[in-house]
Amino acid sequence: MKQFDVVVVGGGHAGTEAAAAAARRGASVALVSQSLAQIGTMSCNPSIGGLGKGHLVREVDALDGLMARAADDAAIHHRMLNRSKGLAVQGPRVQADRRLYRASIQHQLASYAKITLIEGEASALNLTSGSVASVALADGSIIGATAVVLATGTFLGGKIFRGLERAAGGRIDERPANRLGEQLRALRLPMGRLKTGTPPRLDGRTIDWGALEPQPSDTDEWRMSPMTRTPRLPQLACAITRTSAATHDIIRNGLTTSPLFGGDIEGGGPRYCPSIEDKVHRFGDRDGHQIFLEPEGLDDPWIYPNGISTSLSADVQDALVRSVAGLERAQIVQYGYAVEYDYIDSRALDHRLALAAIHGLFCAGQLNGTTGYEEAAAQGVIAGCNAAALARDLAPTTVDRARGYIGVMIDDLVLQGVSEPYRMLTARAEYRLALRADNAEARLSGWADTLGVLTPARQAHLRQRHAMRDAARDGVQDGVDADILREIEEDRRYAPYLERQSEEIARMRRDGDVAISSDTLSLRSVPGLSTEMIERLERASPKTLDEASRVRGVTPAAVAALWLHSRKRT
Amino acid sequence: MIDTIFALSSGRPPAAIAVVRVSGPNARAAGEALAGTLPPPRIAGLRRLQDVDGGTLDQALTLFFPGPATATGEDLLELHLHGGRAVVAAVEAALASQVGLRRAEPGEFTRRALINGRLDLAQAEGLADLLEAETDMQRRAALAMAEGGMSRTITDWLDRLSMAAARVEAELDFGDEDEVTQATGLDLPPLLAPVILEMAAMLTRPPVERLRDGVMVVLAGPRNAGKSSLFNALLGRPAAIVTDIAGTTRDVLEAGVIRAGLPYRLVDTAGLTNQTADPIEAIGITRAKAQLDAADLILWLGEPDAAPANALKIGARGDELEHDRATIDHVTSVHDQASIDALWAIISQRSQQLIGDLTGGALHARHRSLLSEALSALQAVDGHDLLLDAEHLRIANRALAAILGRDATEAMLDALFGRFCLGK
Repeated sequence: MKQFDVVVVGGGHAGTEAAAAAARRGASVALVSQSLAQIGTMSCNPSIGGLGKGHLVREVDALDGLMARAADDAAIHHRMLNRSKGLAVQGPRVQADRRLYRASIQHQLASYAKITLIEGEASALNLTSGSVASVALADGSIIGATAVVLATGTFLGGKIFRGLERAAGGRIDERPANRLGEQLRALRLPMGRLKTGTPPRLDGRTIDWGALEPQPSDTDEWRMSPMTRTPRLPQLACAITRTSAATHDIIRNGLTTSPLFGGDIEGGGPRYCPSIEDKVHRFGDRDGHQIFLEPEGLDDPWIYPNGISTSLSADVQDALVRSVAGLERAQIVQYGYAVEYDYIDSRALDHRLALAAIHGLFCAGQLNGTTGYEEAAAQGVIAGCNAAALARDLAPTTVDRARGYIGVMIDDLVLQGVSEPYRMLTARAEYRLALRADNAEARLSGWADTLGVLTPARQAHLRQRHAMRDAARDGVQDGVDADILREIEEDRRYAPYLERQSEEIARMRRDGDVAISSDTLSLRSVPGLSTEMIERLERASPKTLDEASRVRGVTPAAVAALWLHSRKRT
Repeated sequence: MIDTIFALSSGRPPAAIAVVRVSGPNARAAGEALAGTLPPPRIAGLRRLQDVDGGTLDQALTLFFPGPATATGEDLLELHLHGGRAVVAAVEAALASQVGLRRAEPGEFTRRALINGRLDLAQAEGLADLLEAETDMQRRAALAMAEGGMSRTITDWLDRLSMAAARVEAELDFGDEDEVTQATGLDLPPLLAPVILEMAAMLTRPPVERLRDGVMVVLAGPRNAGKSSLFNALLGRPAAIVTDIAGTTRDVLEAGVIRAGLPYRLVDTAGLTNQTADPIEAIGITRAKAQLDAADLILWLGEPDAAPANALKIGARGDELEHDRATIDHVTSVHDQASIDALWAIISQRSQQLIGDLTGGALHARHRSLLSEALSALQAVDGHDLLLDAEHLRIANRALAAILGRDATEAMLDALFGRFCLGK
């Protein structure tokens, strides 16, 4: 039996970042994936970044993660969202060539000597007296592990729906990880079902591009990672079209075969990324919905029609696509589908993304109820860092809400839980003015360095950039990267607001020093706590007064009771 | 397990009746142990209260209120006893002997009401004011707050601001990648203008501190002008030493008095002079000047043209000295009670103007500073930079929520319970 510090199950955005982060912290890592060729695959839309999500990509990069550089290696279209608004809410987004993106992730992983890639299906976690001991594969082999990161995405109990068709799987034509899912359910972890969906893919050679409004790539030379120094790839334009009244009629008539409306899908879907049948059903008065036609690659005719995610039957999908301007003769090369999957109630996790119930087990990504590559990658980095910390006895890595979007997301997940797939939004960050996508390096890299998360190459880059920041603050412009000049200028513009927020942050951190116990027995001894409050607190098990104040549904009065009680004890 | 608490909730016996309240999970059992059966909820019934040995304690009007829709949010028992000391003591002893019951700590009923969400912070503060109120005006202001008038207004503002904030956030997070919010024509300043006006109006309410501590009336003027004599006359008692020797009053003297439901702090000061060799008198003069700065109303007993701005110019010792009635406001003589009463009438009228309209309640310093913070944040919303506007809205929301105690931070809790643990 081979023994590793950390075994990562899953080769998606969370799993690859977890493996790489754990390795950067010095852990020996095994990355287990059903198909090594699929490592780094973008299962849904071919884009990386966006509003809130772009922040996460830059933060993952500041922790020396893979995603931003892979996006730069594969970017065939750049768009800075919210360009007309303040820098703190601008969201960098790129369209990525699928094959190049996957190749970049695989290439980056190959440079990590401490990572061993293992092809196979993880079928069970072996525990020894409540702690993770090893991972069993379907072929009977066993991989010993001090810590395990589960990053199985939609593969746990994955079930695919399209019209009246059903298939088992987390992605089309790939097997689900059912045995692992059954085991986790048997462990009585709090779990639920969520659903997500993907649109049909079109053959770009059958689209009438001339009839459509093009959306060109940004001309200014911004990149996702400041480490990227290579020139951009050739840039492709996207195009915009709309659904029509005829499309909506086709959808309404097709609802009889819809698994969503037939009640076959029990999991909650994302409000932020609804299927087209959902949009038509809920906003019936609208005469059309936008569709962005996004190329999937430079040498790839596949087009991703963003905005028409659907699980209607194949013949309805054919009809609805052809009712759209410019798509009258479009061929579908892969039909859209919905996937329903198991997720773990993230309130069972702590801020390290460790599962409190099983020592040594960490969870990251869609499994925790989030949606999106960026959200997954960000959790992967944190879970990987902490899995390595556990195995190698290093300091834990947690980010608070004032330090980054990563912290906001994990804090939300751990304390609030989710009722629909969680997507990052800038509105979720109360210290938004301080947490800009353009200052992620300044906010996080120095801190990450103290935790030993950075590679020597990144450390050298960082020293150079810090020197540039110092120079820029002294008014020097020569030899300073343009993005740093803008970052320093923006720091100045927001300075009065940041000062004000720093008081708020100090107050939050003070409340973070007030420890509370949230086990049942302690909670029952707190006067004035209702049974409902006790249940809510127990589920999220906050460790401080500050955390308790953010647990979903917990009233200020309950927080006051906790505070009084903690006061009495001390 | 939550304790069940009891306390005498009416005034100190002896009195015609005494009300003992019992609150908590054992309130019903405690009532049944004493009264046998309880009347139906919320209906008063006469019951014979007995101790464990069957001895009669009292005949009491008994009321039971099942939680959570009660003043404390818990089961609540009220016993209206005959108000003798022995009766109250015996009933309290019988309650204390029951398992799970204990005497309430000061402020504990209010605290439970707050913790169980029956009151918000602003209401609880009003209630604390009400319990502490000594004058009618304090009572009226406190009652307005305890009844939740201010809380309702602030909740309404919070709702309206949340709507505005939601639109801004939608624009920031979805405006560029989705069609949903396009063309909503978000124009913030006019949207916020009504709330801003209402908030500014609330800020004109009188400060609670002035109602509680009294309107500060300072007597000032040169040495030997008759300040201390007038001070004593206004108080109706010889609080200050009066002699013919210039510079008798060398320190600041202060006394409280209530007139027509309004509290006053009368302050007598050392005579102002530039020519004193006495270091104590010199310190007194410095203090006198500080009092003038803090005064709500100055009674000036010196040369009219030397009077501080807005001072009431008094011609003291009207029976001895001739005053030019064109340049002074009022002539007094300590030997003429009518002239003193007339001065009180003027002071009272000026004070009413100062205190203003009490119908909406008064404002605590805590409320005033949070409200001002919210108001200036909203005034800074200009519709130019949506990101900064969102930040201003967030600040305003946070400040308003803090008035109601909805921001459960240690700082707020500390401020709050600092008062209640020690209070009534």
